[in-house]
Amino acid sequence: MTNLLDAPERPKRPSRGGGAADRGIGPGSGNRPDAAGGSRVARIGSGIRSLLTSPKYGPVIVTAVLFVAVFVIGGVRYRGFFSGQVFLNLLVDNSYLIVLAVGMTFVILTGGIDLSVGAVVALSGMIAASLLQTGWSPAVVIPLILVLTSVLGLLVGLMIHVFKVQPFIATLAAMFLARGLCYVISQNSISITDPTFVQLAIARIPLGGNLSITPSVIIAVAVVAVAVWVLHATRFGRTVYAIGGGEQSGLLMGLPVARTKVLVYVISGFCSGLAGVLFTFYTLSGYPLTAVGTELDAIAAVVIGGTLLTGGYGFVLGSVLGVLVLGVIQTIITFEGTLSSWWTKIFIGALLLVFIILQKVLTARRR
Amino acid sequence: MSAVLAKVVAHRLFWPVVMLLILFTINLIAFPGFFTISVRDGHLFGSLIDILRNGAPTLIIAVGMTLVIATRGIDLSVGAVAAISGAVACSIILGSPEPGSLATVAVAVSVALLISLVLGVWNGFLVAVLGIQPIIATLILMTAGRGVAMLITEGQILTVNSPPFKFLGSGFWFGVPIAVIIAAVVFGLAALITRRTALGMFIESVGINPEASRQAGVRARGLLFAVYTFCAFCAAIAGLILTANTAAADANNTGLFIELDAILAVVIGGTSLAGGRYSLLGTLVGALVIQTLVTTVYTVGIPPIATMVFKAAVVTVVCLLQSPTTAEAFSGVRRRLALRAGKGVAAS
Repeated sequence: MTNLLDAPERPKRPSRGGGAADRGIGPGSGNRPDAAGGSRVARIGSGIRSLLTSPKYGPVIVTAVLFVAVFVIGGVRYRGFFSGQVFLNLLVDNSYLIVLAVGMTFVILTGGIDLSVGAVVALSGMIAASLLQTGWSPAVVIPLILVLTSVLGLLVGLMIHVFKVQPFIATLAAMFLARGLCYVISQNSISITDPTFVQLAIARIPLGGNLSITPSVIIAVAVVAVAVWVLHATRFGRTVYAIGGGEQSGLLMGLPVARTKVLVYVISGFCSGLAGVLFTFYTLSGYPLTAVGTELDAIAAVVIGGTLLTGGYGFVLGSVLGVLVLGVIQTIITFEGTLSSWWTKIFIGALLLVFIILQKVLTARRR
Repeated sequence: MSAVLAKVVAHRLFWPVVMLLILFTINLIAFPGFFTISVRDGHLFGSLIDILRNGAPTLIIAVGMTLVIATRGIDLSVGAVAAISGAVACSIILGSPEPGSLATVAVAVSVALLISLVLGVWNGFLVAVLGIQPIIATLILMTAGRGVAMLITEGQILTVNSPPFKFLGSGFWFGVPIAVIIAAVVFGLAALITRRTALGMFIESVGINPEASRQAGVRARGLLFAVYTFCAFCAAIAGLILTANTAAADANNTGLFIELDAILAVVIGGTSLAGGRYSLLGTLVGALVIQTLVTTVYTVGIPPIATMVFKAAVVTVVCLLQSPTTAEAFSGVRRRLALRAGKGVAAS
């Protein structure tokens, strides 16, 4: 009987390669003389398959498996790779990228894109370094940066929503503006000697054993937690998914499309500002040419993390996994020693290709 | 009179041309000799010639980009393709026994162009056959392409000493810079092929409604292959000019951000990123606006590194002026003014 109840939930898709046959159960098969154990195994099997082939969960699961696989391969190949600290260092080295990817996830979920994030990271680093140099207090500088980058996000969002400029072009303009302002502030690297920043940069939080993390990791984890809560437990989050699924439908349902669409860019701006601050904790300097191309890393992480670029499907945690996959590839290339750094780019490109084709296959099947 | 004026204002090249004229005026004020073109050592010489010469690579790529954008696509990989073609040409010239011979350079250039065709077909395959969103499909080559270029140059900056190759970047022919001639040929060919045949209309129809044009019998797949291949080909030509200009292939910096400049040129020229109608003439004006802006920043004496802020300003202003919301607001104001005038007449 449970079979019958379960049946309607199972996705109906055209059976390719005998999918329906080895699923063993289907609508109306409830009263078949099926061995109970056999049908349960079949049900779990089909459950796993429907998870793997769903555009919502499939890519995320594949990414998770890939991450574990790459980590295990690294552990087998290199001495000292398979340790807790190597994993934690992934978080330490990529905390700013995690925050960026979170902001980017919001934007991409609505079907937009934000090319300005890398330049905004550099800009907030420059603002921090130059203001701290003139003796401003970090307690003023950090909030000021977050407000400024949020306002930049707001302007971009308004340009996109009110003036119907494509997100690509509007954020491109923001990227030029931010990068240009970096140069206006200074053409050279400014080092940060402010005691608070230095403290935050060298501070390690022990986790027992020989493991430790930095304050940046805690901030990044907090951002991820808040983002998960916002996306899955608030109206705003639902509206973000709804806009990605179909803006027109969202509008007809009476959802606050305009406000939400502008707000995702504010969130992305805020996250970029915060990521910039975390990045300065990491480098202790501001330099106009930092983080060139970081927007591509963030977009790649979001895509590898299973967020559909057309919007509507995806998870913040998937993007975090995406960042970790990028990080672990970089770590392996470092451990390998003989591979030059430009292999990273080629690997990331290849991974992107695989995941995009995967997304394509999964969504095409659903339709 | 006002009808003619309204027509001119409504023309989609109006704002870009106004922008170009404003930039010219600023230049003229800052530097009175701006428009003078003199002949020195048998070469044309002057600010305008400089703008044309330095803007040539951007214009060449922008021409290819225009056709891609007209099909509702985009090609982010042009900078990487330019870097690859430069790297390939330089490594062949360096590896040959006679780097200075014309034959070596001819081989190097043709191999680089052939490789770009392969890269273009790859982009076309991802977009037309696999149906991946163009921005993402070309993002793959944009990311991986620089890595490939680094592989070819083995992470070094390849410096070549080859007069025929150098000629490609900084030579003159009848006093006109070679780069400008190449750009003119590419522009002319593209305009001739797409506007004197039905090809341009097919490209536009694919951009406006791929499904409808498919049902009308337009072979969208072949067209997409063609435009992406053409765009990569243009990128390779630009890459060769850029590399020849400095006589060095730098996998990291050749054509860096040129994809953004090219896309900007297209957008400033009034071609919508949503595909459909395109204007090669607009792209020409757009490319000139961008290059003139860079020159203006130099002549006015603003630190050249601040150029990006001005680019941002120009993009924003042009986009806002072209936005449908602004057009509506303008027409609203005009209607209200007309109404008020009408009422005034009635009252008196």
